[in-house]
This record gives sequence, C-alpha cells and structure tokens, in this order.
Amino acid sequence: MSSSGVPAPRPQQPPASQAPKPQAPPQPPEVWKAFAEKLKDLNPVYEPAKGYLDFVVRPDQLVEAAKRLKEMGFDHVISVGAVDYPAKKQIKVMYHVTSYLNEELPKYVIALSTYVNRDDPRVPSLTSVWPSAEFQEREEYEMFGIIFEGHSDLRPLLLTPVVAALRPLRKDFVVPEESDDIEVDSEAFNATKWW
Amino acid sequence: MSSQTGVQGSEVPRLPGMVVRPVERRVYEVQIGPAHPGSGHMRIFVEVDGDVMTRVDPDIGFVHRTMEKLAEGRDWIKNIPLFERMAILDACNITLPYVEAVERLLDLDPPERAKYLRVLLCEINRIASHLYGFGIFGIFLGHSTLYMWAFGDREVFVQLAEDLTGARLTHSYPVFGGVRRDIPDDFPQNARKATRYMRGRLDEYAKIFLNNPNIRSRLEGVGVLSKNRAAELGVVGPNARASGIKYDVRLVEPYEAYDRLDFEIPIFEEGDALARAWQRVEEIKQSLNIIEQVVDWLEKHPREGFMHDKFWKTAPKLYRDVYEGKIDYAGKYRVKLMPLFATLKVPAGKASARVEAGRGEIFYYVESDGKDVPYRVRVVSPSFRNVIAFKYVMPGHRLMDLPAIYGSFDYFPPEWDR
Amino acid sequence: MAQASQAKEEGRAYIGNLDVAAQLAKEHLIKGTIAKVIDWATAFSLWPVHLMTSCCGCEIGAAWGPRFDNERYGSLPWVGPRQTNLIIIEGTVTKKMACTVRLTWEQMPYPKFVIAMGACALDGGIFYNSYNIVRPWQVVPVDVYIPGCPPRPEAVARSIIELQKMIRSRGLASKWVIEGVRKDLKYVLPKEDLCGWRGEKVEL
Repeated sequence: MSSSGVPAPRPQQPPASQAPKPQAPPQPPEVWKAFAEKLKDLNPVYEPAKGYLDFVVRPDQLVEAAKRLKEMGFDHVISVGAVDYPAKKQIKVMYHVTSYLNEELPKYVIALSTYVNRDDPRVPSLTSVWPSAEFQEREEYEMFGIIFEGHSDLRPLLLTPVVAALRPLRKDFVVPEESDDIEVDSEAFNATKWW
Repeated sequence: MSSQTGVQGSEVPRLPGMVVRPVERRVYEVQIGPAHPGSGHMRIFVEVDGDVMTRVDPDIGFVHRTMEKLAEGRDWIKNIPLFERMAILDACNITLPYVEAVERLLDLDPPERAKYLRVLLCEINRIASHLYGFGIFGIFLGHSTLYMWAFGDREVFVQLAEDLTGARLTHSYPVFGGVRRDIPDDFPQNARKATRYMRGRLDEYAKIFLNNPNIRSRLEGVGVLSKNRAAELGVVGPNARASGIKYDVRLVEPYEAYDRLDFEIPIFEEGDALARAWQRVEEIKQSLNIIEQVVDWLEKHPREGFMHDKFWKTAPKLYRDVYEGKIDYAGKYRVKLMPLFATLKVPAGKASARVEAGRGEIFYYVESDGKDVPYRVRVVSPSFRNVIAFKYVMPGHRLMDLPAIYGSFDYFPPEWDR
Repeated sequence: MAQASQAKEEGRAYIGNLDVAAQLAKEHLIKGTIAKVIDWATAFSLWPVHLMTSCCGCEIGAAWGPRFDNERYGSLPWVGPRQTNLIIIEGTVTKKMACTVRLTWEQMPYPKFVIAMGACALDGGIFYNSYNIVRPWQVVPVDVYIPGCPPRPEAVARSIIELQKMIRSRGLASKWVIEGVRKDLKYVLPKEDLCGWRGEKVEL
C-alpha cells in the first residue's frame, strides 16, 4: 500500500474534563534574590520582565525601599513611568533606577514599582531620596492624575492646564479618530488669502 | 547737599530739583520666549536680581506631540517612524531601543551583519548630531562661522546616510529582526573619504572655536557641574562624561556589535561648558574610528543575510532574486519591507532597553498584551533628563551666560517634549 | 493740440496741462513701474523670523546652511518680528505654540507672508490623531504649503521661489502699499481661544 492512503492515527487527546493545572509562580533569577536580601522585611514581589529587575512593594513602603536601594549604590532615576490597568482598577507606578558612581552596579536596571488605586492615586514622592525624579514626577502627575505627596513643585510640565485636566494617558481618554474623507471647505480655505 | 538713602542703605547725593525714591523691586522676571534666537522651542522664566539669575524655571511642552499616547493605537512597525521624529537627526539611535525591546519580547537575535550595519548608522548619526549641536551652540554665542562650518560638514555625513538608507534624516533603518537594506558597492570608499576629511576639519574647529580667546572667556568656568551633583541630578551623555562620570551604555551594557569593536570613552574632569564642548569633539574622533573598523569588517565578510530568518522566510521569491543580484533593476541588495510586519503580533510581556544616543542614554519600556498594537510604551529621552540642569546649574550666573550654558548642554527640545 | 499750435504762434513753448500730466504719471508710475519695483524689492528680501516650531527646523537650518544656500534669494533669518516679513511654520503646531505663532505673526508689519512646511502643517502629518495639535491654517493665514516629512532643503528653496513668483505676478506687496488690502482673518480661530490658557488655573 502506498503511504498516502491511510492517515496515521492521531495521538490520544486527554479528556476535556480534566481541570487545567494551576500555573506555577515565575521563579526570580539569582541576581534578583541577591538584591532582595536587602529588602527582605518589605516583602518585594517578583514580576517577570526582560531587561530589568522588577521589585513590587506597597505604596507606604516605597520611601524605605528607595532609601535602601540608594545605600546599595543606586543613585539616580532613569524613568518614572506609570501604566494604567483599567480592568484591575489599578495604576502601576515604576521607578527605574541605576547607578553612576558604583563600579559593578551600572549594568543592572532596577525597577521599584507599586500599585495604587485608580480612583484616588496617591504615592509618596521620592524626590527626597533621588532629586533626579523631580521633573518626571510632574509629568506623570499631569498625564495620569497621580498625586505625589511631598513633591515641592507639583504642577503641569508639558501640557496646558486645560488639556492636563483630561488626564490624557489614561485608557479611558480616547481621542476621536479623524476620518479620511474630511470635506474641505474650499471657500474658507480660499478666503484665507488676503490678496 | 542732603542725601537720602537709596537701595539697601546706599548713600545717594541729592541735587536741587532731583527726586530720589528707593527702588521697591529688585528682582525682575524675564521671559525668554519661544520666538527668540537664543531659546529654541521653549520658554525660560528667569528671575534676575540686577544681572544675576536667581531662579530659572523652564517652561517646556511647546513641541509635545503626544507620542506615548499615539503609540498605543498604531501597529508595532508603524511606531518606528513615529518615535524617530523625536530627534530626527539621530534617528537610528532613537528608535534602536524600541526595536531591541520588541526583539527581546519576540526572542529574536538579529544576524551578525545586521548588527554591524546598525552600529554603522548609529555612529554616522552620532557625528551628525554632535555637529548640529555645535552649529546651534555657535549661533547662541554669535559665532555664525561655526554654524556654517558645522552644517556644511554635517552634510557629508547626511549624504553618507542617504546613500545607505535612502533618506536624509528619517532613516527608519533598524527594524525587528535586522535592518532594511545592505550597503551599496561604493559605500566603503566614500566612508573612508569622509572620515579622512573630518579628522582634518576637527583641528580647524579647535582653532576657530575652542581655542578662540573670545569663546574661551565665555565658556571657561561657566556652568560647572561637579561629579556628585551630576550623579544626583541624573544628567546623561556627554554632559555627565564631561563632569567625570565614566558611564556609557556602550561600555556598561554593550548592545549590537560594540563589544567587538575597539574604542575609548573620553572623560573630562572640569565639568564646565568648555569641557562639554571638548567632550563632543573627542567623541566625534572616536566615532570616526568606529566607522572605519565597521566598514573594514563589512567589506571583508560576504553579504549574508541582514534580516532574521523568521521574517526572511515570508518574503516572496522576487525579493530573494533582487537580493542575490539576479534581477538587474533598482540597484542591488535592496529589498522592501517584509510583509509579516503588517500583521505582527508580539507575545505578551514587559521589556526595556537602553542605548547611548548622541545626547545621552535613551530608555524605552515596552509592554505588550499579545495584540498587534502596544499596550504601553514609555520613553525617556536624554534631553528630558538634562532639563533638570536648567533649574539647578543656572542660578548664580549672569544673564549673558544663559545661552552659553544652554548650548553646552546640547539643546534639542523636540526630544525632551516627545 | 490746438493749444500747442497757438503757443507756437505766440513764440512760447507748450509743455502741457500739468494736472492731466500728473494724473497720467500717477497711473502709469505707481500702478506700473513703482508697483513692480515694490514687488521686486519685497520678493528679494523675504526675511524669516527665528521661530522654530518643530522638527522640520533641522531642514531649515540646513536650507540656510552652506550647501543649499537660501541667502542667495535675499532671505536672511532675522531675530526680531518687527523687522521681518515671513514666518515659516516648520512642522507641527501644538496648542502651546499656536499662541506664540499667532502673537509673533501679529507683531510683524504688513505685507507679511506665511509658508507652512511639512506634512504636519498640511493636515497633522504623522501625528494626525493627537490631542495636542492644531492646524496652522487655523492659526495664521497661509500662503504656500510644502509637502514632505521633512521636505528636502531643495523643496524649501523652491517654495521661496514660488512665493517670489506669486508676489511679483500678482503684485501682493504693492497692493498693500497702494490700496491697503489686509489679510482676512475670518476663518482663523480667535486669539482668545488660542491663548486663553495662559491665565487659567484648573484643578486637576
């Protein structure tokens, strides 16, 4: 018989009534554990990410964790970023930090993150620990509406006050899409010529 | 003659018929606004006490084009030209971390030749960006000869980039999996001519600008940023290296082909505006070395793939024929964009990447949830991190030092506003 | 004619009726030669003001640089709005910058011209769906549009030549001098809308 006649039998599928196995929590790498030793009593949680090491703490522990990281040698903030999760009703605030003056630490990017409530986001400001976060905290204030308590000069940085009141980077602020077939008001267009 | 006290107890002789009134206000607010030749696209609120600046408040946001919000609604590949417009002179360096972060999410590694091609364009852009910075610095100080020289020499490198990628400023050259096209046949000899020419020119720049007594008296000792203060404020790039901090992403976390190339990182200790200008000249010299090494490597190695197999497999046969030179039209070794990019879905996850651009370290954070548009892209550009220097370095200097300090920090507002 | 022959008989020379001559001179010279001279002079001294709006400013810098020298057309980027007569809007106009562009335009004396450069000036360009930009024709009346992203410096030079042709063929500058024609701002947003944010205190 030629081989193209009967198809090979399919392997046995497991019965669909079996419940799916619970996902094992992701294992942090060794480097993460070495840094987490210093923050042990703050119970940092690991979240998997590529290119940086993420430590998630509670908002009230943020200043203490920042001071410990600064003692370790991480002396400036690269980025203060926030991500809006409307489904979970939370906003995640992340501080990516690295080191300038230390010898071995510059190759690590550490992210110190925390989750805050979406309706009333308040985070203690870290400008007392890292002065380089000042302008970036102002930017996240106007984009998301997060109040950084203890910031010396919290006002909008990039946007006009009218636009900042809309809190643009939140997911529920949707800009209506401009359509392709806009009718050109040719009379208006030609009337703008003064000659 | 009777006298009356003037400001702060000074004795002012009063002549008959003269009215003397003490000055009520000493501190005046000056707005150096957007329509000003020495301010660029930003407004600076300066409070001056006599001639000395006491408080400087940068008012930025005049070029804020909301790239982070727009990126959430566009396909992955369409965000590359969008982010380029942040610093259009430095286009390869600015979009490279975005491409690297998405490649980390896709778990891809571009082929060797693609890495060297990316490094080539990165260094060409770095030189063009530093020369632009010099030109604008010259205009701020009133040295318009330097502006003409810098923009003229910049054209040499912009022409090289145009030969390589097809566009003067908006290259869109690194894409996911590799680069867009390979080098033309006569590129190595043009590149060597350009590097030889530029080396000679740098000595002349030192003569007319950096060793010019006029310019030296305006820049020496002005805007001093000490090493600890620079680390605290978080300034990046040539500004940090001119203050003594030995930090360059190409050394610390080598990306692309930098760990196989031989170059130095110049460091200056003084931290004033003159050191920052010298720093840029030295960096141009190092970039010229890198370009020569890369061009030698590219010439020696055969033209294997410049795009990862995952995308190259999906290309139709016509592209392969054009690449191998079987079809004799539209130049050789040039193919269009892979069709898979139009429907690319990146697996869910979070990634970040950083790259040393012309003005400093640029950092991207990319988050995806499995769709064909990103969920969140956070970009921190180098000029955004240097804005803090306005508030803390400028007070205490005279008002005439403002353009000197501003230009020495390498001005580019579209980068800091995004 | 009759007066000329009569004066000849009396031994005098007849120059002509000075009123009529003055009338004819006004018509021919002012509306003819002097108007052309005004237009020629304006066309070859279009000085753009130093207002960098957005990223096409790099190509403006290159266009007035040594390789694509635009100064040979008589245009020199100058510092103050009071002594210039051209605004080049390069690239995107954001809401904050719209106020500045409008104020700078209003400070410039007539006759003045506007060139809108780049795809962002046409209809938003690559930032077409952004919440922070306005179109330049809503801010100032525009004369010449240049497509491209960014337009090559040769395109910028071409736009200066087009503007020169427009001025000289349609007599734009001389029309202002002779008749005082002003730009119609009917379809441009009122200044309070563009600059209204400057005094607002809004609670976030």
